[in-house]
Amino acid sequence: MVVCFLIHTVCPVSALSPAESRILYSRDFGLEDVELSGESREDNPEKRRLARKEKLGVVARQVRSAVCLSREMAGSVYVEAVLGEEAVALGEAERGVLSLGHGEPFAGQSVALWLGVQALAFTLVCQPQENLLLAEGTLRNLARHCLEELRLLGTGSEVLLKSDRVDAMLQRLLPHGQLLFLNHRFAQNMDKELSSYMSK
Amino acid sequence: MFAPGTESLVKQAREIQEEELQRFYGRISKHLLSNKEVAVEVVDSLQRLHLIVSATKYARTLPPDLIKKLQTLLRSLSCPEQFQILSSAILRESLPLSLHTLSTELSQDSRALSYMASVVLSQAGNKEDLLPLCQHLLKFLESRQPEVQVPKHTLPILSKIFSFSPKILSEDQVNVVSRKLADWLRYASVHQGASMSSGGFFTSPRIRQPAPMTEVDGAVAGDFFTVLCVGQSYTEDQWMNMYTFSMMKNWLLTYDTEGTSNAESAQLKRTQVIQTSHQDDRSEVDSSVMSMVSATSSSSRLLPPKERLREKAFEYCHRLIEQSDRKALKRTDAELQKACLVESVAIMDIICNEDASYVYRAFPCIKALYGRLSPDLAFARALLPIAQFYLNHSETAAVDSEAVFYQVFTRFPAELFNEPMLAFEFVHFCLHNVSVLQEKVVIYRHSFPNLLKFLAWNSPGLISEYVELLPSLLAPETAIELLHSLLDLPCLAAALDLQHRSSCYPALDRAVWDQQGSKITASLDAFRQPSYRGLFLYILRPEAGTGDTIDRLSTLHEALEGMVESPRVVRCAQIVPVLLHIYFNTVTQMADEKLLNQLLLVLLERSSLLFNIKNFSTEVQRVFSTHLQTLCKLHPPLIVDQYKELLEFVSTTTSIYSKENFYTHAVWVIGEYLSVSYDPRCTVELITSFFEGIEAVLFEITQVRQSSSPPCYSPRLLTVLMTALAKLASRSQDLIPRASLLLSKMRSFARSGPVAVYFSEEDTEEIITRAHELINLLKLPNVAQFVLAPSTHGDSPRWHRDTNAGLPQRMRAISGLLHNHSNFLPA
Repeated sequence: MVVCFLIHTVCPVSALSPAESRILYSRDFGLEDVELSGESREDNPEKRRLARKEKLGVVARQVRSAVCLSREMAGSVYVEAVLGEEAVALGEAERGVLSLGHGEPFAGQSVALWLGVQALAFTLVCQPQENLLLAEGTLRNLARHCLEELRLLGTGSEVLLKSDRVDAMLQRLLPHGQLLFLNHRFAQNMDKELSSYMSK
Repeated sequence: MFAPGTESLVKQAREIQEEELQRFYGRISKHLLSNKEVAVEVVDSLQRLHLIVSATKYARTLPPDLIKKLQTLLRSLSCPEQFQILSSAILRESLPLSLHTLSTELSQDSRALSYMASVVLSQAGNKEDLLPLCQHLLKFLESRQPEVQVPKHTLPILSKIFSFSPKILSEDQVNVVSRKLADWLRYASVHQGASMSSGGFFTSPRIRQPAPMTEVDGAVAGDFFTVLCVGQSYTEDQWMNMYTFSMMKNWLLTYDTEGTSNAESAQLKRTQVIQTSHQDDRSEVDSSVMSMVSATSSSSRLLPPKERLREKAFEYCHRLIEQSDRKALKRTDAELQKACLVESVAIMDIICNEDASYVYRAFPCIKALYGRLSPDLAFARALLPIAQFYLNHSETAAVDSEAVFYQVFTRFPAELFNEPMLAFEFVHFCLHNVSVLQEKVVIYRHSFPNLLKFLAWNSPGLISEYVELLPSLLAPETAIELLHSLLDLPCLAAALDLQHRSSCYPALDRAVWDQQGSKITASLDAFRQPSYRGLFLYILRPEAGTGDTIDRLSTLHEALEGMVESPRVVRCAQIVPVLLHIYFNTVTQMADEKLLNQLLLVLLERSSLLFNIKNFSTEVQRVFSTHLQTLCKLHPPLIVDQYKELLEFVSTTTSIYSKENFYTHAVWVIGEYLSVSYDPRCTVELITSFFEGIEAVLFEITQVRQSSSPPCYSPRLLTVLMTALAKLASRSQDLIPRASLLLSKMRSFARSGPVAVYFSEEDTEEIITRAHELINLLKLPNVAQFVLAPSTHGDSPRWHRDTNAGLPQRMRAISGLLHNHSNFLPA
């Protein structure tokens, strides 16, 4: 199962310290296997929420540093793509993966897949036994939809205000964190539903 | 891309004043009461509300009436999806919890249920919170009436629930679901969903004859429906088939692990079934178009549900593997084929782990698949699960697996080192199977030069994995080569970088090369020169065993000079000390005398033969120093064994200037362990020659000439040299006068002009005091021998615990003696 999906910055943000990352969208699919980890469960919902949010922050920071290192080592400098060049931006995106150990930050072991598109990263954290090839395809598909539907290459703030669009995508492409084996026809069916959602 | 406007929106959402917030809540409540005329406005407010509740990590508490309205909105069947999404998102993020209210009144409507479930799943904290939702879903699954529509997302929700709490389903419920899953998996319709054709304006809409599904290459589907079947539209059961397969691995991992632990009885049952069997009557497929899978399918209706599901899942995977051989018309489908291969082989592996009788059925298929995929590196990631399958089952089936591992360990790292995902999966495959690989796969340890390529290429990303993996790569026969390989890791990174670059840019295209900077161009040129070929071939070798290292390493370093500032090389150099520590900690546990001797020689040799990266030598020498000490402590006769090399090393004054730390440690271990109490071979001649070597160095570096530059070594080195001299003198007492003479010169040296400028007053004082102490000590040779040569057990815990037997006791006695006798001693 997928644990969470994030869209966050990998560029310097004025209000944050250099290593920090601003999370622009996060979807936490909830429920961790506390029985296995033996981690004491927090009963206070407020504290539980805080802890979950902080865990997402940890992931975003780690991915940010991984993206930066990967770019540094490849010596790559990206050319800023503009609206309409989503396919180019996605084509040039860096991708990578890092393993998150027990309690770092999630109770169980997990794997964070990331896709660095210019100043942003798309991150999918899943359980280690998941099919990473499938997860990678799903992440790329989600990133493509997000870039297009939220106009992420533009200067607007749709990603914050129109987050329901991402929810609609996840509802179909990654329902409750379940990775799906979608052939092109299944995908087209979903795309059709999505575009009718977006056009409303 | 990320605009300042976005950042200020976050700020606004976080800093909104309480009063304004309350007004905003009120406005939304009012909007939600009114009808759809203000829908646009409602959407806008809900979007803003979502931003406000989600922008901060501290939960916001919404007024009860607003929460209630949002819950109603979520349940309402008539409301547009956008409203449901937004209210579900807001409820997930805010307090008070909606979990219990929603759980009491779960919707029958597929979409509403899914959005409600997302709130329940995100707010649930324990199994009890999930029970109502779980029971609600099971009601659909348990129903035997065909007209009951199972909500679309039942399986993903269920999957989430049981992966959190497997015990939430009773044994009976597991059976019910298993039965249902088997049906969806194996008996989904092979015809396309009835699509409504408009039929033009004048004709009434009619239902077209359902067309058959096709395979990904356009051919008519030859067997039962799978996720690799393509059609214009899909029926409900085909959607369920897709959801079922997507969760199958998770389900089997959770619920197929205990079941029939006695595979024999399952096998017995199955043969009985086959004997009395006839073709499974539910299959809709005409036998003439059956693929291999259906034709060989046995009736399994009499099997218990779990075993039946296992059988169906196996057949499904078998069919997917067959289907993956087809040439997909769409790129998405080609990618899906690969993902399906990975999944299918993994599922077959799980099934075979549970019931060994499947191994014989699986192997022909897996073997053929391997034969098909292995020549093509594009399928590398699909080959890893196959390797896993061989690793787990080849012994049971008496199948030779050597070729598979040979392929995996030689080709993948050498040719795909720059594939981050493959590298990750590969390394985790090794970690997952580390003990089996170590024991049974000969090539594993032998291919460490290859395995290190992944690390050299992406050192920050994989270091934590290699920290775990490194001990498993160590074997006594290749230990020395591994040590050299670790030290050469930055060279490997540089060589891989050059290899990558030169394959990207054609040799003739000088213009592109020159863009890389002249330094790199020089290295690239060297990479292509035949005279360097052997060196590069060595550093990029796939397997161990061609020799521990090469003679012309410094030539290679020169050729790679242009790469020393490349970020990849610099990052790689940073991890080497970490790996060296792990290496030495592991190797010292397994090393015999011979290996320890070899290790010592490597330390001496490589301390001055390292790739010239900033700080790299210093860091590596620091590790060397620590472990030189460990090695000698572990086996003190090393000093006598290697006295020639050690003597040459410590007698060379220039060593001080390039590697002072390591040199200091070398002098220290000689002073400490060159003693007859550690090794009977330690003769007076041996002690004298070391003494003379150290004496000469100390003499040379403490020569003060007017013209000489100030000393460029630390006071610590001086004191260590002095002490080592005194220690050696105490063991061969003829040397005492010489030692005392040299020590007595220290005072004038430390007080001389250039030295006093360079060393602080404290340092000078320290040097003089130490010299003075040692001179005094050497005046009582028997005492000096006693103090300067701690017994072999001097560091055992007893000396620290036992106040009567510790060194402090001795020291007190000696200082008392010295004090009392000082009057009798010559000034």
